[in-house]
Amino acid sequence: MKLNDALWGAALILLGGSLLVHVQGFPRIPGQQVGPGLFPGILGIGLAACGLLLVVRGVRQRTAGGAGAAWCQLPEWAHAPRQRLGFAILVAVNVLYLMAVDRLGFILTGTVYLAALMGVLRVRTMLIVPLALALTVAIHYAFYKLLRVPLPWGVLQPIAW
Amino acid sequence: MSEAWLQAFGLVFTPYNIFVMVGASLFGLFVGAVPGLTATMATALLVPVTFFMAPIPAIAAIVTATAMAIFSGDIPGALLRMPGTPASAAYTDEAYAMTKKGMAETALGAGLVFSAVGGLFGTAVLMVAAPTLAEFALNFSSYEYFWLVLMGLTCAVFISTDQPLKGLVTLFLGLLIAGVGLNNPAAFPRFTFGSTNLLGGIGLIPLMIGMFAVSEIIRYVVNLEPEGTIVDQPIGNVFKGMWGLAVKYPKQILRGSTLGTLIGALPGAGADIAAWMSYAMSKRLSKEPEKFGTGHVEGIVESGSANNSALAGAWIPALVFGIPGDSITAIVIGVLYMKNMNPGPTLFTTNPQNIYAVFLLFIIANLIMLPLGWLCIKAAKRILQVPREVLMPVILLFCIVGSFAINNTGFDIAIMLIAGVVAYVLEANDFPITPLILGVVLGAMLEDNFVSSMIKSDGNLLAFVSRPIAGTLGVLTLLIWFLPPARRLLAARRARRAAAPH
Repeated sequence: MKLNDALWGAALILLGGSLLVHVQGFPRIPGQQVGPGLFPGILGIGLAACGLLLVVRGVRQRTAGGAGAAWCQLPEWAHAPRQRLGFAILVAVNVLYLMAVDRLGFILTGTVYLAALMGVLRVRTMLIVPLALALTVAIHYAFYKLLRVPLPWGVLQPIAW
Repeated sequence: MSEAWLQAFGLVFTPYNIFVMVGASLFGLFVGAVPGLTATMATALLVPVTFFMAPIPAIAAIVTATAMAIFSGDIPGALLRMPGTPASAAYTDEAYAMTKKGMAETALGAGLVFSAVGGLFGTAVLMVAAPTLAEFALNFSSYEYFWLVLMGLTCAVFISTDQPLKGLVTLFLGLLIAGVGLNNPAAFPRFTFGSTNLLGGIGLIPLMIGMFAVSEIIRYVVNLEPEGTIVDQPIGNVFKGMWGLAVKYPKQILRGSTLGTLIGALPGAGADIAAWMSYAMSKRLSKEPEKFGTGHVEGIVESGSANNSALAGAWIPALVFGIPGDSITAIVIGVLYMKNMNPGPTLFTTNPQNIYAVFLLFIIANLIMLPLGWLCIKAAKRILQVPREVLMPVILLFCIVGSFAINNTGFDIAIMLIAGVVAYVLEANDFPITPLILGVVLGAMLEDNFVSSMIKSDGNLLAFVSRPIAGTLGVLTLLIWFLPPARRLLAARRARRAAAPH
């Protein structure tokens, strides 16, 4: 998604401004000129200033027409059904992973994760589930057994190996 | 000195370390040869694994993998017309044109041999320059460091990108991210919004894995371009005729390696920019510029050595000052801190054997590149046929587990995923990522040195320029800021005067 520079600029002015307001609540250190609020404050001013320049640039682009004139330009892939589905699945499996991994365990979640992505990337249907399972178990082995990372077992706890 | 060197040999030539280097070489060659996987991504993927290693093998893995990846990025360039890593993009068309003329083995051989030559050249400069600079830097105080960091960040924005305004924005965002948490001179929790996870700040490693690996995978999933077809051409002895090229183009090799090392050492600019600049330079200074683009090897010789020499060059500021020369060393600095090998001049005096070991690693990596790279070219067709629709999901799952492995928290996974999406959106809108990374890596250093300088000088800003070196660095930094706009203003005024009626 490509936004016009003016929109980015406006967002940055907003960010910089709220940063400036927020750091007013930071404590001052007695006897010192520099407190924890100074640096973020400078960044706030900097972001707002850059935002202002971007607004100017964006408005100019709009009046000039041509590339970058639209407020919001969808990426080319937004019109391609498979790529759109791919992106949706990509977001979905990652949300699923974060929500479910502790309860379902790494092996089940990982298998679903890989299978869904391979499905949308057109791996041969017959191969999807066996591949997804085998690769998940391989990653599990490398990290859980070799590197001793405590990946969750979830519902598979009774058969943990 | 000789004792430290002996210790360094002992650290490097252990069976375990050799095993790690060979493994990392194969990994690097593979990652570089697969389009869509970059050398920086290779580094980011290695971090969770190196996390469990001793310091020298960890560095060995990164040094060898990146050197190999930058070379093997040339392979799909010549055979598929797709650069394996951005560092090969500058001469991909040239290499493919050579393949079309039936000269694939010369294109690949030049890529391999002069990558190794450039890498060794960069290593030699690193070995001479880093200790000298370190000795000099021992006298640096917080004033000098403040200016150095500021100059590094300035370079990253104004010299290393073609979008200075947007680079400035991402730099500020990076500095802001660095400010999250308790880790500031006053130890006051900033921008934590009551979350205990944020007290420790935003983890550098998950952030980098997200920005350099996850964003590439998003790009792959939504990619509309069809995959290229491999040119089927028997590849003979790639080393044939290389000596002839070295004799024919000595100036080009030297020029490419020198420019590459310099660009590498410049904060924020790495192998890709080095390759573009030296390809352009090669064409401009060539005796036969008309041949460029039609399958002429001269530019490949020059920029192929430039991109590998940039890798070593980037380690100069990284080791001496803790200022990354490119995105790879930005990750390396994170690894060094994790391994208690904090970069800085004292690293050269207290533990010189570690530094010498790094030098040795660079030399070995560039030497074993020749046989391993030769094997990789032999196996190129196999590697290029690897099913990326299986590989990409696996890499993504690997990223998730890798981010989790550092602190064993799901919070880091979330950071990684968000960073990946943010990097994708920013790049789609022409915001460069490197300034952001440099901001995150250097934010604390900038603030710490500023605050301790202010305390030392009791708030007197003149103290920042009253020491000779600090003053020089300060003036240089301000020049980089104000010279380009001033020149533009002068040019505009001159144009207006010329246009005015007489």
